Amino acid sequence: MASITSKLYSDDVSLLVVLLDTNPFLWSGENTTTNSLSFPKFLTHVFSFLNSILLLNQLNQVVVIATGLNSCDYIYDSSSSPTTVESLENGRMPALCSKLLQNLEEFLARDQELNKDESPPGIASSLLSGSLSLALCYIQKVFRSGPLHPQPRILCLQGSSDGPEQYVAIMNAIFSAQRSMVPIDACVIGAQHSAFLQQASYITGGVYLKPPQLDGLFQYLSTVFSTDLQSRSFLQLPKPVGVDFRASCFCHKKTIDMGYICSVCLSIFCKHHKKCSTCGGHYLVSCKISGFQV
Amino acid sequence: MWKCMRAASLWTIWEERNGRIFQEKERSLAEVKECIMTRTISWLKTSDLFVNYSIDDLRRNWAVVASTTSTNIILQAERKSPPEGHKFTKEGSKQALLNLTQDPEMGGGYIFEFDKFSDRDVCRDFVGKVLGKIQSMVSSGQDARAVSERSAVAVHDEQLSTREMEHRMKLLREDSELQKLHKQFVIAGVLTESEFWATRKKLLDTDARTSKQRVGFKSAMLADVRPLTDGRTNKVTFSLTPEIIHQIFAEKPAVHQAFLNFVPNKMTEKDFWTKYCRAEYLHRTKNSIAAAAEAAEDEELAIFLKHDDILASEARRKIRRVDPTLDMEADQGDDYMHLPDHGIFRDGNKEVMDSEYELYKRTLSQDLNRHAAVVLEGRALDLELGDTRTVAEALARSKQVELATESSDEKANEKRLERLSQMAGIEDLQSSRGLPFAPLCIKDPREYFDSQQANALQALGDTIGGMKPINYSLSTEEAYGSLRDLISEMKATGLNHPVVKPDVALKVLNALTQHLSSTKHHVGKNPQESVLDRLPRKTKEELLHHWTSIQELLKHFWSSYPITTTHLYSKVTRLKDAMSQIYPKLQEIKESMQSDFRHQVSLLVQPMLQALDAAFAHYEAELQKRSTKAGTRPNGTV
Repeated sequence: MASITSKLYSDDVSLLVVLLDTNPFLWSGENTTTNSLSFPKFLTHVFSFLNSILLLNQLNQVVVIATGLNSCDYIYDSSSSPTTVESLENGRMPALCSKLLQNLEEFLARDQELNKDESPPGIASSLLSGSLSLALCYIQKVFRSGPLHPQPRILCLQGSSDGPEQYVAIMNAIFSAQRSMVPIDACVIGAQHSAFLQQASYITGGVYLKPPQLDGLFQYLSTVFSTDLQSRSFLQLPKPVGVDFRASCFCHKKTIDMGYICSVCLSIFCKHHKKCSTCGGHYLVSCKISGFQV
Repeated sequence: MWKCMRAASLWTIWEERNGRIFQEKERSLAEVKECIMTRTISWLKTSDLFVNYSIDDLRRNWAVVASTTSTNIILQAERKSPPEGHKFTKEGSKQALLNLTQDPEMGGGYIFEFDKFSDRDVCRDFVGKVLGKIQSMVSSGQDARAVSERSAVAVHDEQLSTREMEHRMKLLREDSELQKLHKQFVIAGVLTESEFWATRKKLLDTDARTSKQRVGFKSAMLADVRPLTDGRTNKVTFSLTPEIIHQIFAEKPAVHQAFLNFVPNKMTEKDFWTKYCRAEYLHRTKNSIAAAAEAAEDEELAIFLKHDDILASEARRKIRRVDPTLDMEADQGDDYMHLPDHGIFRDGNKEVMDSEYELYKRTLSQDLNRHAAVVLEGRALDLELGDTRTVAEALARSKQVELATESSDEKANEKRLERLSQMAGIEDLQSSRGLPFAPLCIKDPREYFDSQQANALQALGDTIGGMKPINYSLSTEEAYGSLRDLISEMKATGLNHPVVKPDVALKVLNALTQHLSSTKHHVGKNPQESVLDRLPRKTKEELLHHWTSIQELLKHFWSSYPITTTHLYSKVTRLKDAMSQIYPKLQEIKESMQSDFRHQVSLLVQPMLQALDAAFAHYEAELQKRSTKAGTRPNGTV
């Protein structure tokens, strides 16, 4: 695998790809008061964390991808920093933060434009599948850049709930991450656990954490998620008690426990279909399977 | 038993006649038959042979009962001392014998002679089953009587061959877990044998598959028969087995033809083979002059001594079909037979070509090549080698069929010509050929993504239970607007100071470390280590056994739905009872554990209980539906 050659590099150099959840419905409105974490505070924690990552090792890289409602985009790439250091006029924050904020604002504007107004308010989920794919593409580019490259990992800071319609795309992304040996860590700051991210961490060998105390988010991030891959072999990191392995069906995107499986392409359906919509196979016999939780 | 039956039928008919005349009571024919049967059975029960079986049992297994009349000794013997094994003669042999071998300490074995093979077969199967059951039940120490009783019922349900029975017993013996499951379910009557093995067809099939291999000819040159010489007399003995004869027919078509022509018209088979062996002997002695002389005398012998004409014509035909692009010229140089000091050793002598008597010579290379060609062609017939005549005829038939298909095979000819033209073609002078291809069919990905949006709206209503739904009273513009305001505010005010309050950070750190250390204590250092390994062995085995039994039961349970026949209904009821027996056992295990393991065990047991609960719930729901449906029907018929 490509990442084995990174052994020639120093062992603890890491490339961290952070997927920020910028779902406006998550951060604005009454939720923030109940969540005890406002968006500025959240960004403060995250920026400090990113700075600390860059401080750990001179060769560390950080990439930030924003997960919006209708689109995702790269917001920040530490390896492409310009030579001149821009800072704000009042010099209140480091260049990283100001640049990030600027890009984030522009991204939100673009995302809002993409918004089709026919859709009623209340689409809860952000496009996690899109940002995962963007992250994996970037990592693949890094793999192909030469024999010396940092060890990549993905950190998802997710607050919105899972959209079952993204099940197939997310599972595909998870499996390709597994194949490229890229761990997906998940830090869930929303109100509920995320089944997709639990599965992602379980399958790829990452860490899943839902911090009970959100105002100490920076402490969680720096204790658990700043560890590089080489150190993880001798560090103890929190393990979830169980993993929710429920799948969602391919026809209606509902989360199901028991369903029907195509014997050719293994697509999952909630009702018996004569013809599989993914691979076009015809069936004579139907058989039900039930899923067990671990 | 036949005496019994005769008497019973007479008695019943007399009774019926009396009834019809004096009491004007009439009974149907079926009733009368039933009466006769019952009478016979109740009379038979007085014999100590059947005293342990209920009337129902005997009635259900009437076939077994009827055939055991001639073998009642077997059953008695079995009960007293279980047999170790059984052997039997093949069908078609003179006597139908069944040999029950026993532990020599208990006193030898028994040989039974039967009148009919069918009787013997029934008993053989029965004994085979009993034996199998005994062998697998030896560990549990069950009474052989109960075994034979159970197998009496089982015999009636399925007609299995002894081989299959033995195979199943072997599988059970080898896999102790399978045996435990089998004992738990089949012997207890929850599942029947056929249901138990229905899902394990793969295990049963593998053996059968291997024995279906078609065996070809042996590579050893059997047709090259060597005689045995008796040093004292001048006799030479050739022994021909059917296998050798089959090979001879395959390799030497002239002999085959001669056989078909001469036997049994001109000479008997024995004479034919005697002449053949004589010819072989003459060949072996390399006395071509003598061979020529004998050939001149006896025309039949001549056939064996001369070269095979049929073979020659076959070879000529084959040569005509050889690919003309093959370069035969090169083979001339390989002919080292005619060089001096060259030759193939055969039987210690060098073969020397003598042109005069070449007709009567046979070279080793010819024989070898012919044998190799025949072996590679494979066995044309699959029948057992019995009667030589039938083999010869069958071979002749198959050859004719082959010839017919060859000559009428237009397509093959066409293909050959096409291939020839392809090979002989000069590439530079030809235009490029379009290669055949299958059109690519990729599903339109847009279709997939478009459906996402539509489904996403539907999915809104399906919040997963137990989760707090996020409040969305804002419109999108408001949401975006407020977010962007926050960002610009942040740009103005800068980052929050301090990033994290120190006491909060300390609290978090403590909580994390405590959590980590507690999980380490509970789950173990090694993330790959499973909880099961840390439990005491007995508990682990029990849990695993319960898990496999639950799997088995659930498999059968869920496959029986939807219920269409009463058989399925009774099966489902049985399964449900078995499952409700396991349920409290699981609870017991949970409670009996020590406190430090209790949590993990309950975590392990949880999914099992959930699965059982789901099954019970489904069962109850179905029952409800059925009862409401039955209630709406007028007569309450189900």
